[in-house]
Amino acid sequence: MNFTEKAVIMNAKEMNRALERMAHEIIEANKGVDNLVLLGVQRRGVSLARMLAEALRRVENIDVPQGALDITFYRDDLSRLGPSPKVSSTEMPFDVNEKIIILVDDVLYTGRTVRAALDVIMDWGRPQAIRLAVLIDRGHRELPIRPDFVGKNVPTSQREIIKVKVEEFDGKLEVIVGEVGEA
Amino acid sequence: MEWSWDRIPAEFVVTNVMLCRGGTLAKGRGFLHVRKGRIEALGAGSPSHEGIPVLDAGGMVCAPGLVDLSVHFREPGNEEKETVATGSRAAAAGGYTAVVTMPDTDPAVDNSGMVRYMIDRGREAGLCRIFPTGAISPGRRGEAMTEFGDMVAAGAVGFTDDLNPVANGNLLGNALKYAGMLGVPIITHPEDQTISGRGVMHGGYWATRLGLAGMSRAAEDAALFRDIELARAAKGHLHVAHVSTKGAVAIIRRAKDEGVRVTAAATPHHFSLDHARCRDWSPLFKTNPPLREADDLAAIAEGLADGTIDAIATDHAPHTATEKEFQFDQAPFGVVGLETALAVGITYLVRTGLLDLGQLVACLSERPARALNLPAGRLEEGAEADFVLIDPERPWTVAARAFRSRSANSPYLGETLTGRAVATFLRGRLTWRDEDGAGAS
Amino acid sequence: MILRSKDVLGLEDLTAEEILGVIDIASRFRAVFDRPVRSVPIMRGRTVVNFFHEPSTRTRISFELAEKRLSADIVNFSTATSSLSKGETLRDTAENLAAMKIDMLVIRHSSAGAARYLANVLACSVINAGDGPHEHPTQGLLDIMTMRQRLGDLRGRKVTIIGDITHSRVARSNIWGLTKLGAEVTVCGPPTMVPSGLDRMGVRVEYDLMRAVADADVLNVLRIQLERHASRSFPSNREYHRMYGISTDVVKKLKPEAFIMHPGPMNRDVEIASEVADGPRQVILDQVANGVAVRMALIYLLSGGDPGALAPAAAQA
Repeated sequence: MNFTEKAVIMNAKEMNRALERMAHEIIEANKGVDNLVLLGVQRRGVSLARMLAEALRRVENIDVPQGALDITFYRDDLSRLGPSPKVSSTEMPFDVNEKIIILVDDVLYTGRTVRAALDVIMDWGRPQAIRLAVLIDRGHRELPIRPDFVGKNVPTSQREIIKVKVEEFDGKLEVIVGEVGEA
Repeated sequence: MEWSWDRIPAEFVVTNVMLCRGGTLAKGRGFLHVRKGRIEALGAGSPSHEGIPVLDAGGMVCAPGLVDLSVHFREPGNEEKETVATGSRAAAAGGYTAVVTMPDTDPAVDNSGMVRYMIDRGREAGLCRIFPTGAISPGRRGEAMTEFGDMVAAGAVGFTDDLNPVANGNLLGNALKYAGMLGVPIITHPEDQTISGRGVMHGGYWATRLGLAGMSRAAEDAALFRDIELARAAKGHLHVAHVSTKGAVAIIRRAKDEGVRVTAAATPHHFSLDHARCRDWSPLFKTNPPLREADDLAAIAEGLADGTIDAIATDHAPHTATEKEFQFDQAPFGVVGLETALAVGITYLVRTGLLDLGQLVACLSERPARALNLPAGRLEEGAEADFVLIDPERPWTVAARAFRSRSANSPYLGETLTGRAVATFLRGRLTWRDEDGAGAS
Repeated sequence: MILRSKDVLGLEDLTAEEILGVIDIASRFRAVFDRPVRSVPIMRGRTVVNFFHEPSTRTRISFELAEKRLSADIVNFSTATSSLSKGETLRDTAENLAAMKIDMLVIRHSSAGAARYLANVLACSVINAGDGPHEHPTQGLLDIMTMRQRLGDLRGRKVTIIGDITHSRVARSNIWGLTKLGAEVTVCGPPTMVPSGLDRMGVRVEYDLMRAVADADVLNVLRIQLERHASRSFPSNREYHRMYGISTDVVKKLKPEAFIMHPGPMNRDVEIASEVADGPRQVILDQVANGVAVRMALIYLLSGGDPGALAPAAAQA
């Protein structure tokens, strides 16, 4: 399989602007940031959560606690994918009970990752609420899951792939759309 | 007259053969004249025989019928593994015309009635000569002596408790003396079971690596040393059923030099396979004595070459497929050998240059017959016409379904060996013909 | 892919990369133990059979716990409750299991090679939980994991295994795994308990305990099976303890940071003095915790379907 890049759909500036806007929406919806925690889905969701936290600090001048969620052991597609050799860790540096959790991921697609993430959170405790923030919503949901905060809606075909690039892993900020075909 | 495989005549001549006897393979072509079950004449060239059917053997080797000093035919008691009839069939297919049966049946061959029974069953099968041995002790329990005299009169050719080696030295010493008086050997499987313990394979690197209990060479060597000293003291004849260690070869060589009446045999698996074969835990490689190391294999080949070891004996030990499905440590000891011995000898001793074909044939026929004083394995004028035509060049692959034996627990399954008995004759009668035997037409 | 084979039968078969890969995943699972809910749903709907042909409490409980923490369905099957007797062969058992459509088999058997045999016959994954004196790969992995937690890279580290090497599957698995990771392994015990041919497995043999432990970073002390020995391999428990037991005097001679492992259950005051067993140098409870994690990692890593069947966009779910 080879990946062909088709277009850059967000550059660094647009990404930052989208995250900035999402930060405002989060504050608006929750009437502030009290009791709020950010939980990024490993791995790029964690980077986006950090960027969101920075945006929140800029707006409200307060540090929102951040955590990281590894959903490898909660996937429902083990038999299709095989075990992942890249298992990250879950970091939950706070008590989730009675918190409002903003779950952060890069791309929302079938909804299965979010489903798994909800299970992980439930195994840690009983939050007051869980909201979903994604940078890109590309459609094609297979589960009744809907994001609360979206950076950009990108209609795609199922053959297409969306790649979100972040500083930590990719050395730059951008979102590209590409296609996978048989070599 | 035309030759026909379907109706072997009472008198016929086999021409165009390489006669192999006395440890030598004839340089040129020769003939063998058979009349009424006996060898009328044999020799070089191809004298004319007016009016006698002629079998043109196409350059095959003509050897004395092979003689096996150790087979387990399992009848009575374990007919699901082998019977005298199926064992005889396997023997004929391997080129054998005479076999010495072990007494470890159920019940054991420990009285003259059982000896006669074995001979009768062999006669009914009619495919090879059966020379039974009797047990040294009733039920092979190592407690007292059986009626050697009565059994010898019935046809027993020696006595052994086989895999239950007689622990009591006094009993074995007396057995050697008593059998000596009767002119027959005591056959032993030298193993000090207090040393080998619960061992299931050779004690060495592979046993260590595989986590299997080992049987050290010392168990065999120490027991053999005792048996030989008892034979020396008793002035009896000791025959060692299957030598597997370099130490044992040395002990026998020295004893022979010193004039002890000792003869010995080794199995094909002990000169061809080493303990590394157990690496996949296949019970097809579980034998007693166990498969040893490279220097043991070399010592056995050397012992066969210099005559320290008199004979190759298969220790043909059939077991059902089910038993060989047991785990290595639970499975019974033993492998079948009658149908592969000749080919294993050619493949591992002749083609490697350790022995020439004449020597190998002698190790499989004349020398074993002489070791146990058996009226067999003679390719000479006036002798009964027991002979085998061998294609020493023919490659074939050992396949479980092709065995004539009722069991197929062979360590050579899947292996391609060279050399094959293409036709076997017992008293001038055909007992085996390889259906796709090219050449002998 | 961390593991190449569908089975884990021994550390002999694993590469250094596979061993480290398993341990890495195991350390992720250890983190799960610290959560309020100590299980994950990854093996939901899959069946693991624990087939114990030989009594074992610890290993069976550890496997069961690992399976439960992965939410697998578990069937326990031991000789006492099965029809396995002299008449039924392992093949019969295997065919029965195969007919029941299980996903994984954990087997403990008294015969060396039994796990390999079943792995060859069965399509499902097989994990060897100890086959006679041959191998005990999960114990080997948990031992190595415990050593790495304290020592990091094991290259050049000195590990001394003390006890009945001849009959020890733990020793064999440790030897294979540790030598692959570059550790220097010494085995020590009376010559009656040290089999021949060990040098070919890349280990040093030392009969003198003090010489064997003087420069060791780790002591892995094996359990002496008292019932097996009864005055054959050593004269008495007292003498064994005096010559090969890890006493406080022995501990005083160790390197200051050296630590002591034991696969359990211990014979106190035979192979290890009570004071040492309860002392600060031992890491036995770490071994137990790592045991569950290692077993979870193996079950997880063996549980996937064919990764070649990966759909193009499936990674982005």
